[in-house]
Amino acid sequence: MARAPLYEEDRDLKLVGSRPLRPDGLEKVTGRARFGADVSAPGMLVGKVLRSPHPHARIKSIDVSQAMALQGVKAIVTKDDFNADSSDRNILTNVMARGKALYEGHAVAAVAATSATIAKKALKLIKVDYEILPHVTDVETAMQPGAPLLHEGMITAGMDPAPDRPSNIASRCEFGHGDVETGFAAADEIIERTFRTEATHQGYIEPHACMANVGPDGAGELWCCTQGHFMVRNTCADLLGVDVSKLRVTASEIGGGFGGKTTVFIEPVAMALSRKAGRPVKIVMNRDEVFKASGPTSSTVITVKIGVTRDGRLTAGEAELKYQGGAFPGSPVSLGAMSAFSCYNMEHVRTIGYDVVTNRPKQAAYRAPGAPMAAYAVESVVEELASRIGMDPIELRLKNAVSEGDKSSYGPKYKRIGLTETLEAAKAHEHYNAPLGPNQGRGVACGFWFNFGGQTCVSLNINIDGTVALAVGTPDIGGSRASMGLMAAEELGIGYDQVRTIIADTSSLGHNDVTDGSRVTFASGLATINAARDAIKKLCARAARMWGIDEEAVVWEDGHAKPAGENAGEFEPLSLAQIAAEAEQTGGPIAGHYETNAGGAGVSFATHIVDAEVDPETGRVHVTRYTVCQDAGKAVHPSYVEGQFQGGAVQGIGWALNEAYIYGEDGRLQNPGFLDYRIPVASDLPMIDTVIVEVPNPGHPYGVRGVGETSIVPPLAAIANAVSHAAGVRLTELPMSPPRVLRAMDAAKDAGTASKPQAAE
Amino acid sequence: MARVILWGSLKSATDGQTELDIDAPDMARVLQKLVDQHPNLKPQLDRGISIWIDGEVHRDPGYLPVGDDTEVYLLPRLTGG
Repeated sequence: MARAPLYEEDRDLKLVGSRPLRPDGLEKVTGRARFGADVSAPGMLVGKVLRSPHPHARIKSIDVSQAMALQGVKAIVTKDDFNADSSDRNILTNVMARGKALYEGHAVAAVAATSATIAKKALKLIKVDYEILPHVTDVETAMQPGAPLLHEGMITAGMDPAPDRPSNIASRCEFGHGDVETGFAAADEIIERTFRTEATHQGYIEPHACMANVGPDGAGELWCCTQGHFMVRNTCADLLGVDVSKLRVTASEIGGGFGGKTTVFIEPVAMALSRKAGRPVKIVMNRDEVFKASGPTSSTVITVKIGVTRDGRLTAGEAELKYQGGAFPGSPVSLGAMSAFSCYNMEHVRTIGYDVVTNRPKQAAYRAPGAPMAAYAVESVVEELASRIGMDPIELRLKNAVSEGDKSSYGPKYKRIGLTETLEAAKAHEHYNAPLGPNQGRGVACGFWFNFGGQTCVSLNINIDGTVALAVGTPDIGGSRASMGLMAAEELGIGYDQVRTIIADTSSLGHNDVTDGSRVTFASGLATINAARDAIKKLCARAARMWGIDEEAVVWEDGHAKPAGENAGEFEPLSLAQIAAEAEQTGGPIAGHYETNAGGAGVSFATHIVDAEVDPETGRVHVTRYTVCQDAGKAVHPSYVEGQFQGGAVQGIGWALNEAYIYGEDGRLQNPGFLDYRIPVASDLPMIDTVIVEVPNPGHPYGVRGVGETSIVPPLAAIANAVSHAAGVRLTELPMSPPRVLRAMDAAKDAGTASKPQAAE
Repeated sequence: MARVILWGSLKSATDGQTELDIDAPDMARVLQKLVDQHPNLKPQLDRGISIWIDGEVHRDPGYLPVGDDTEVYLLPRLTGG
């Protein structure tokens, strides 16, 4: 039963869409903002984690006696200090190894001591007896029969019939409709290629940090940098075997997350240490630990086959996706397989995905998890097909772009969407029509992300002076305090600076899902709007009481209660401040609340244009120009929306050109630091131009769609297309580092297959 | 009678069927009837799913009503960054 649209088409928005100053700016530039490592407590201990040096080893024994005897050591924890009956065995085992170390950096024990020096010394005194096992870090090698098994009993799910032997393939998934063979038979041109991407890290500048303080009654508090403090509380309670009500978690300011802070790593360890020591414990990861023991994204191998007619109709698409997600099941391959062909209206489509475990850290989400790699493969082939049939690449995409009512490649029909509008915006942009220089190429790619809503709870309190305190439960990782403040002010009819938005702790609000899935501006925004409307009802009731008339005879307009209707009487409008000042006399505090499990998030599409220059001598790629066109539904605070567009593009540039987890034959990470794992810096980048397209989401009163993730989906392909055009050879592996580009150019020259660089055409 | 469409790899739990008609007033009861009819679906449903109801995405639609012509897609649980 379809719900009525929530979008209020005729609404005249006054504040939403403006660009006020960010509320957290002053604190951040003056150093007053408190991040994960910035909190301390009397008697606080330093926590350090002992990590496996081996990629795969059986833990025969752990002897902590010498370490425990060291003066200043107050507690040591191992797996036995956690709840063996936890509901999530994978998280439990990832937080602290049980039986085997499954990757280099896997936690095996942890120490709390009176100083960092003593804690480090204690780590060296812990004796772990390892039986070293064969390891595997490559996704295709891990899938082979005879590969070292990480989980001896793991039988691939989703296979019919089920395999009779265990393997490292956790599951197989399949999506699609139609008959791809029929579709390929109708094609004039078919291209099939295999693409490889490396694991990358979200690269947040702030490492994971937390401070736990558990009392003798078992009740505790935790301060941490996270994208979801309710998730942290619930997970820690589960891993420690205590009631949820015992724990109170406060989210600090966050120095980047991008999906990497949607799970726990050190938080339950700090709590276990604090519980055992009876004192506060702070743990701060160093960068080496962040790389080795947090959650990078999957590395992948993806084969894509697409058919097209000479007049530019895509007839069929097929893809096989292999994602390794580290040592535990849960790679985002199903999301990659669902989203691979999501931009195109295709009658015949099939995707098959494999979730594979390897001796690497357990992957975590990274902006639109799973989608950028799939889009890289599909959009590379689409671009090549356009060249093959001599059609402009945007024209080919426009000809096949999905629109409202079309069946998506993953099944459901689309509601109102804006892919065509982003393509039209790109086509009309001056960038797309500008001349290219020598050794330059121009690439285009589209991208899609689902977005979702989820559980959200908001309280809006009217202060005694008529200002507003808005409490939300979703950590602000991209400007949500500003957008929530704008939406609350919009509804109440007051100034943006009259609203102060805070991220409330877990004891102050009902459960809130994690800040992920580009859900906050949509779902917390929906809750904020409705909490404000709830408060307005109460404000009108208080005005009615002051006037001695019926509540129904009062309306709220422009920040004032006004009498309405023939029998309401003549009264001067009452401002929010005037009603708040009388609150004590009219019934006490005034607050609005809203709780929801929000559905109806709107999917989001983007089209990116990239110019890249390839140095023919060295293979070095320089991105010379970049334009993002993305559908935001409605940009609540356009500056933040543009920031999200730019940030996704920049992270995509890093992923495409430089970033990669590099493993040695010994299964150890070779580049766990920002000197050797190179993220883009300002001097690597052009200005990222942005075009905000606004096609309203019918599931939100203002038409809001999430914008935080879609922007990282097209860059890998858009850049690969630009580089391939510039280099005269199709690049099929990321990152496109100078040696790899040079090798591809040389090989194409030797084989006589190099095409003319686009700029020279 | 809601039309429930499963993603491809669930076929093994439903004797090859990917589209099923379920008579139930709300999503929670649709899922319960699905599991009653095909118990092998339960482990996958327990691992987490997302549900599209007439093209609208929900992670946990609970007791959201479904009508005679409702189109329900069960797909793997969405996660995000």
